[in-house]
Amino acid sequence: MSTATHAFTDSMTMLRRQWRHMLRYPTLVLTAAGVPVIFLLLFVYVLGGILGSGIGGPSGGRDTYVDYVVPGIILMTAATAAQGTAISVAIDLNEGIVARFRTMAIARVSVLTGHVLGSLTQTLLSMTAVTGVALLVGFEPTADFVEWLGVIGLLVLVIFALTWLSVALAILARSIAAASNMLTPLMVLPMMGSGFVPTDSMPAGLRWFADYQPFTPFIETLRGLLMGTPIGTNGTLAIGWCAVIAGGGYLWSRKLYNREPAK
Amino acid sequence: MGAKPMTTDHARPAVTATAMRKAYGEHVVLDGIDLDIPAGSVFALLGPNGAGKTTVVQILSTLIRADGGVLRVAGHDVVRESDAVRAAIGVTGQFSAVDGFLTGEENLLLMADLHHLPRRERKRCAADLLERFDLVDAAHKPAATYSGGMRRRLDLAMTLVGRPRVIFLDEPTTGLDPRSRRTMWEVIRGLVADEGVTIFLTTQYLEEADRLADRIAVLHRGKLVAQGTPEQLKRQVGGGHITLRFTDPRGHDRAARTLDVMARDDDALTVQIPGQGDVRSLRALLDRLDHASLDVDELRVHTPDLDDVFFALTGNPVAEQEPTR
Repeated sequence: MSTATHAFTDSMTMLRRQWRHMLRYPTLVLTAAGVPVIFLLLFVYVLGGILGSGIGGPSGGRDTYVDYVVPGIILMTAATAAQGTAISVAIDLNEGIVARFRTMAIARVSVLTGHVLGSLTQTLLSMTAVTGVALLVGFEPTADFVEWLGVIGLLVLVIFALTWLSVALAILARSIAAASNMLTPLMVLPMMGSGFVPTDSMPAGLRWFADYQPFTPFIETLRGLLMGTPIGTNGTLAIGWCAVIAGGGYLWSRKLYNREPAK
Repeated sequence: MGAKPMTTDHARPAVTATAMRKAYGEHVVLDGIDLDIPAGSVFALLGPNGAGKTTVVQILSTLIRADGGVLRVAGHDVVRESDAVRAAIGVTGQFSAVDGFLTGEENLLLMADLHHLPRRERKRCAADLLERFDLVDAAHKPAATYSGGMRRRLDLAMTLVGRPRVIFLDEPTTGLDPRSRRTMWEVIRGLVADEGVTIFLTTQYLEEADRLADRIAVLHRGKLVAQGTPEQLKRQVGGGHITLRFTDPRGHDRAARTLDVMARDDDALTVQIPGQGDVRSLRALLDRLDHASLDVDELRVHTPDLDDVFFALTGNPVAEQEPTR
């Protein structure tokens, strides 16, 4: 049947549709980049002087803190972008056009794949913008060419995983407001990990959570690649988490989407 | 996509349903519906809001599953061969299924891509449909800026991209102004005449069903309470009536005794006379009024509507049949 063979073509068609949306209404892209930039500036200029000295390092102070916090901020962009994805999926599902897609002989999941691939490119753009601002405020990565490739690879994996998860949550939520709210905790996770301060400064319970939640290995791996800090087992953990979240999110999304639409 | 063999289509039914059932929990929406719609015809499912019309369309267009029944569309089983059914149908739902972010042309090209039309053909197909549905001027504006009538036309144009053999139209003119409604009717009639497709439409308007459909079925509380040609149905309903209003009680009383009235209202000073409102019977009526020197204040012709259908078939007007939610 054509459904299987056309899955790729249909997904590409849906991806082009997402790109059109993005070009025409760039608000979600700008929000996804804007929130992390504000956090970056707040943490570097308002809190950075003190926090940097607390962390220590060669010079201490603000300069040290910029280099420490940027990986966390970049991953925060993945979280804010995931929220944008959830909102746009929820908007789409509330439109008649998706009902139309359901009555057409197209690869069913292509509607969702289009969203995921669209968000992937969009989030990478937002991250580039955030990294650009970071460089302007004094971020000095030590990564070489191969490490930069590793950075891109890791970020693609993380975005891919978080996006599938947010698609599933958006279908589950059904309403646009609920979809947006459901993804809010994701934005807090980088802060409750090693994104803004080392976890060993946290009280025991929180520290335990921070050490074992997925954002910590994401951040530690990214920091290692960008700044040359030790990565240890975090690389493997990060890839493992991504595989689990992406696979689970994909299967869950597909199951929810194939469920009958609400009356 | 080549030319369709239209003649072979007519030989077999486009839509058949046997004992279609659907319930949401305790609430039975469809309680055993049987349908047999020949290819190349227009079928209208008539019923008030909440009668289950949309549910029938959703089931036949593979959006939701029936709880029971044998259903075939375009020669394929709706449940077991849903992809084959989807490839043969086009659906224009009650709520506009256009992408508001995209322009009219982009919406059509999106459909062309999803039907895997060759590159050159997709452009031509979109241009043709924009032309045919009078959307050329708005082709490069986002669909979100379209008026209600334009959105419906674009919606239907998108449905036609894949050259469907069976088209479902769920309340195609609800919410449209009279002019857009008329345009829509012309478009639908053109489809049947030019392409030989089968059309399954739902409507709350008897007039619409009368103008478009070869056969009408009336849906009431999950069951089909009447089925037939518009003529058969109207015969069952009985014609319309003419209402006359008089200025004074004396004239009113005299008229009530002179004419063959079916009802009189002493407070409003009106009488109702059976009749279709055609010129011949109107002239006869006016002659009689003249003859009897009756001074009529107002004359109104009432053509049969959904209320009459329901009154005739169930003894209740539509308003009393709305399900309580």
